[in-house]
Order: sequence, then C-alpha cells, then structure tokens
Amino acid sequence: MKNDKKQKNRHVYWNPYFGGFIFGILILFTFYLTGRGLGASGAMKSSVVSIVETVAPTHAQNNAYYSKFIEKDKSPLDTWLVFEALGVLIGGFISGGLSGRIGWRIQHSPKITSKRRLAFALGGGVLFGLGAQIARGCTSGAALSGMAVLSTGGFITMLAIFGSAYAFAYFFRKNWI
Amino acid sequence: MGPLIPNGVIPIEWDSIIAILIGIVFGFVLEASGFSSSRKLAGVFYGYDFAVLKVFFTAAVVSLIGLYYMDYLGYLDITQLYVHPLYLWGAIIGGIIMGAGFVAGGFCPGTSLCAVAIGKIDAFVYVGGIMVGVFIFSELFPILEPIYDGYFYGNITLQDSLGINPYWAVFIFSIIAIVAFVISDIVRKKQKKIFY
Repeated sequence: MKNDKKQKNRHVYWNPYFGGFIFGILILFTFYLTGRGLGASGAMKSSVVSIVETVAPTHAQNNAYYSKFIEKDKSPLDTWLVFEALGVLIGGFISGGLSGRIGWRIQHSPKITSKRRLAFALGGGVLFGLGAQIARGCTSGAALSGMAVLSTGGFITMLAIFGSAYAFAYFFRKNWI
Repeated sequence: MGPLIPNGVIPIEWDSIIAILIGIVFGFVLEASGFSSSRKLAGVFYGYDFAVLKVFFTAAVVSLIGLYYMDYLGYLDITQLYVHPLYLWGAIIGGIIMGAGFVAGGFCPGTSLCAVAIGKIDAFVYVGGIMVGVFIFSELFPILEPIYDGYFYGNITLQDSLGINPYWAVFIFSIIAIVAFVISDIVRKKQKKIFY
C-alpha cells in the first residue's frame, strides 16, 4: 500500500479506507480474543495513579478515585491497557521508521509559533485528560470500542466529542488553517 | 466460542502478551494512516482533510458488521462482550470537554501516543497535559463524583434504548457512514488546499 514516492514525500499515508478496514478488523479481533475493545487514555490514568501512589501513598489511599485502581501487591501499571499502550508506541515507531517519519520536531502551522503550538497542546491535553475521566473513556475506549458493540454510551460520547470539536473549531482556526 | 480469553480457550497468562501485540498493530495502523500528524487530524474540523472521519467510521462499520456476523455464525457470543456503560451526563459533559481538547491540541490520547513514538515534541507535551488533566480530575473527584457516578442507565446498547433490531441499526449506521464519506469528499473539494 505504501506509495513509491514515500522517500520524497514523508506525508504519504495509507488510503484512509484501507487503514480503517485494517483498524476495524483489529477491533473485531480484539473483541474476539479479550471480550473488550481498545483503549488509550487508561494507560495514562494508570501512570498518574502510579506516580501519585509512589509520591504520596497515603493521599492516594484516601482519595476515592485513585484508590479504585490500587490493589495490594500489584502495581497500578499492571493492566491490559498499559501493555497495549506500550505496543502502540512500538507499532507507531515501526510504521514511522519504515516511512522515514521519525525525528524530533514540533509540528505546527507556519502561521503560529512553536511556543503557541506547545501551549495549546498542553491545554488541549489537560482538557482531554479531564474529559476522558468524566466520560470513562476516550475516542478509542468509549467512542470507537463502544460503537463496535452498539453501546448507547459509545454513540453519545462520539457525538459529544465531534459535535463539540466542530462547535469550538472556529475559535481555534488560527492554529490550523 | 469467543471471546477466547474470558471463556478460557486461551489461558489468561497470554493476556499481557496479546495486549502488546494488539497495541503494536493498533499503533502501526494509526501511524500509517497519518494519525501521528496533528495537522492531518485537525483537518476533519476545517474540511481540508477527512482522514479521521474515513478511518474512524470505516473501522466502526467493519467491526460492527464483523462482530454481528461472527455472532450470527456462532463463533462469538456478542452478549459476553463488554458494553461501554451509559452515564448520560458524564458522556455528554466529558465528550464536550474532550472535543474542545481535541481541536485545541490536535490529538486524542491514542494518536498522541503514536506521535510520541515518532518524536513529535508537541505530542509529548500533549500526553503530559492528559496526565495533568487526570490528576486534576482525581483531586476534584469529590466534586465531580455526582456526574461520574450519576445518571447511570446500565451497559445498554441502541437495541435497548431505541428498541431497534441490532441488524437494522448496523445497516442504518453503515448507510450514514457512506453518506458521510460522499459528503466529506464534496466538502473537501470546495475547501482551499492546505499543505502540511
């Protein structure tokens, strides 16, 4: 599927329908094997729980949220989603490596500065992290894996994410176009 | 009959190995589809690149049809699969906040991990931001708990909420996806091209 010109243009990607098809087969396969779908934000939640538990164990035990994910004799990082996220890093690295896309850089529109891009990336991340906890999952875990089994919650989360992103797009247009 | 691990066909010890293997394919597909680029992802919100819409909805349709077909053929018991629960206001409010984060930062958690894998510094910052967001949520949990735990309707599907036959739901969803693909191509032709 890779274009012959990939060496000249590092931004030649798979046909989106092909990528989506393989992605759909992967979700199907994941449900067939594990009975659950994919996820991404769960790994970051586990990392935060693990950090807080290391830095302030009593605080973590007393907090009603962290304590949900703390078990005796088991690291909070010992979860399916953390292993899956490690795999995502490996898989992304392999794909990027095969297409010559690896390298340190800050990607942003030429109309904005790197500093502005990083500030908005940080703010966007904070919002996404907060929202993903409130909705109990992100685009992968709640929306996509939910939709794959016709979950009402998955569909509502998907509509809320995309609806809100379109509604707010106007305010952030300078960053992208 | 599937799902294989919960039914003991594959021993539970393989769980973490399978998680890494599934993650590798997940990361590869996302990166190869261009999801490590925030500017490509954001295109869907400004009409200059609809890869997100196409990949996302194709994946949803393929997995939906596949799961129901495997259930129909008896390879999989669809009632044993985990259904994302509905906490109505949690899903709506959380989704709205995530949408704002998506268009501000240009990533979602899965895609930001892919971008981290190929060295995008903005993605490192974004992942850091997600962790700060999780931390804020956890510290404010006593205040946010009513939304987080309230308005619970169970692990319900569209079949329960709309009283619709699931096969029809899959069919209608597939038609909506195809219509969305056609419309997205028309919209994209009208937008001025953006190089990134």
